[in-house]
Amino acid sequence: MTATTVPAPGHRPGFGRLLVAEWTKIRSVRSTVWSLIILVLLNVGFTTLFMSFTVALWDKTDASDRAQWIADPTSAILGSGMSLSQLAICVLGAMVITSEHSTGMIRASLLAVPRRTPMLAAKCVVFALVALVLGVVVSFVSFFIGSAILHAKVAVAIGDPGVARAVTGGGLYLAMLGLFALAIGAIVRHTVAAITGVIGFVLVLSPLAQLLPGSIGDHIHAYLPAEAGWLIAKTHQVKGDLLTPWQGYGVFAIWTALLLAVALVLLKRRDA
Amino acid sequence: MTIWATPRGTFVIEARNLTKRYGETLAVNDLSFTVEPGRVTGFLGPNGAGKSTTMRLLLGLDHPHGGDATIDGKHYQDLTRPLEVVGALLEARAVHTGRSAYHHLLCLAQTQGIGKRRVGEVIDLVGLPSVAGKRAGGFSLGMGQRLGIAAALLGNPRVLILDEPVNGLDPMGIVWIRTLMKRLASEGRTVFVSSHLMNEMAVTADHLIVIGRGKLVADCSTEEFIERASDQAVLVRSPDAERLGEAIALEGGKVTPDGDGVLGVAGMEPARIGELASAGRFVLHELAPKRSSLEEAFMELTRDSVEYRAGGAA
Repeated sequence: MTATTVPAPGHRPGFGRLLVAEWTKIRSVRSTVWSLIILVLLNVGFTTLFMSFTVALWDKTDASDRAQWIADPTSAILGSGMSLSQLAICVLGAMVITSEHSTGMIRASLLAVPRRTPMLAAKCVVFALVALVLGVVVSFVSFFIGSAILHAKVAVAIGDPGVARAVTGGGLYLAMLGLFALAIGAIVRHTVAAITGVIGFVLVLSPLAQLLPGSIGDHIHAYLPAEAGWLIAKTHQVKGDLLTPWQGYGVFAIWTALLLAVALVLLKRRDA
Repeated sequence: MTIWATPRGTFVIEARNLTKRYGETLAVNDLSFTVEPGRVTGFLGPNGAGKSTTMRLLLGLDHPHGGDATIDGKHYQDLTRPLEVVGALLEARAVHTGRSAYHHLLCLAQTQGIGKRRVGEVIDLVGLPSVAGKRAGGFSLGMGQRLGIAAALLGNPRVLILDEPVNGLDPMGIVWIRTLMKRLASEGRTVFVSSHLMNEMAVTADHLIVIGRGKLVADCSTEEFIERASDQAVLVRSPDAERLGEAIALEGGKVTPDGDGVLGVAGMEPARIGELASAGRFVLHELAPKRSSLEEAFMELTRDSVEYRAGGAA
C-alpha cells in the first residue's frame, strides 16, 4: 500500500456500479439460488400435477368449474403452478433486505453507498430483473407443459388472443410480488415478520375480504395487491372482474410503490 | 489541548457537540473532539461509554440528536467515494454470514469501481487467502476481524475508523494490527481506534481521547496521560512512615500519606525510595510499584462515568 495515493476527487460512482455490486450480492448467497430452484420446481411440478389431475378427473368435475377452465385456460394453468411457488419469491424478496439487517451487512452496504435512495433502488432493480426473467421463463415453461397436458380437454395456444400477454404477465406478477415483499422486508427489517406479513397480504387477506358482504367486499377484494396484480396473468377481463388486466397490475404497482416509498423514508430516518 | 485550524483536504475527523439519546439514556453527551492525521488517536472509555455510538455517528449510520460530525470537512453521506476516503471497522459484525469473504469484499469494491486485483491484495494483506472462498458465517472472531479490516482497507483510505480492532485477535494478530495502525499513521493517514483497554492504547496510540458516559474526560497525548497517571506510582509501608515520608519529600518525591503506615509516593523510583530508607535506617514492610497504574488511572478518571459496575465491590 502506498502512502501517497490521494483518492481521486472524482465523480460519484455511477448507478451501473451499484447494479453490478447488487448482482454480486444476490448471486453469491446460497439461499438465493435455492429459493429460485424451489420456485422453478414448485411451479413446473404443480402445473404438471394439477393439469394431469384436471384432465384425469375432467368427467367428474362440476360443469361450473369446467366452464372456468374453458373460459380462461391460460390463467388456470399459470395459477396452478403459481399458487404455491409464488411464496418462494416472497421469501426471497423479503430476505434480500432482511438478511442484510439480521447479519449487519446493511452497515457495510451503507458505508459503501451512504446515500440511501440509490442503495435501495439498485437492490430493487436487480432483484426485480432477476425475478422478472425467471418468472417469465418459468411461466412460459409451465404454460407449454400445462397446455400440452390440458390439450386433451381444452385447446389453448400461445397465439390465441391475450395468451402471450397473460403468460408474460405471470413473470410480471412475480417480479412485482418480489418487490412488494422486498418493500415489506425493508419496513419491518425482520425476516420472519416480513415473510409473515407478505403471506398475510397474499394468502390470508384475500379470502377474508371475500367474506365481507356485498359490493364493499368485492371492491376491497379487487383492490388487494396480489388479487389485482394477478389479473395481468388473465387473458381477458371476465364478468365479475372490476379491473382490466393492466389496471389490476397498475393497482399492484401503486401498492408496491407506496410501500417502497415508506421503506425509503424509514431507511433514511432510522439508525442502521 | 491543542486546537488549530483544519484546512480542507487534511482528512481531519471532527465531532462538534455530538449528542445521541437512546430512549432515556444519553449515549453521547455534547461531545466535541478533533482527530488529526499522521498519528494513531486512541478512543478510550469503559464499556458502554458511547465509543461505538460516536463512531457510528461519524460514519452516518446513526443520526445524532444534536451536533455535527464531519470527516475532511464533509458529512459522511456527502463523500463521493466513501471507501476511498474512510475505511471503517465496526464493532458489531457487518458481513452477510452466507457470503464468502471474497464476494463480500468484491460487492463492496464494485460499488466504487475498485478492481478485483485490489480485493486480492487486501485478502493477502490481512492473511485470509486460504479461507477467502469460505462462507463468512463460519469464521472465528479473529478471522471476522481480519475480514473487517480487509474491507476497511479496500479503498486505500486516508482515514481509518476502527472500533475495538484487537477484539478476538490472538497475540500475533494483536501485534500485527498494532504495527499496521502505526504504519498507516506514519504514512500520514488519520487513524482513530477505539478500545476499552488502557494498556492496549498505551502501546498503540500517540494521542488519546477518553470518554465516559458519553462525555469527554480527557483529550491529550498518550505521554501526558501516562505522566498524569503515574502519580502515586509507588506504595510504601513502613512503621516509620512519617519520618520516611519526610525524607522522601526532602528528595523531591511527592508523598501522600494514606494512614496506617502507608504512603503513596509519586515522582520517585522505588529503588531510590529503598536507598533513602536504608540511609535513614527506616524499616520497610512493603515497597511496591503500583501495578497497572495506567489501568487504575483510567479507572480513576472514568470512575464516575462507568455504566456497568459489578455489585458488591463497593
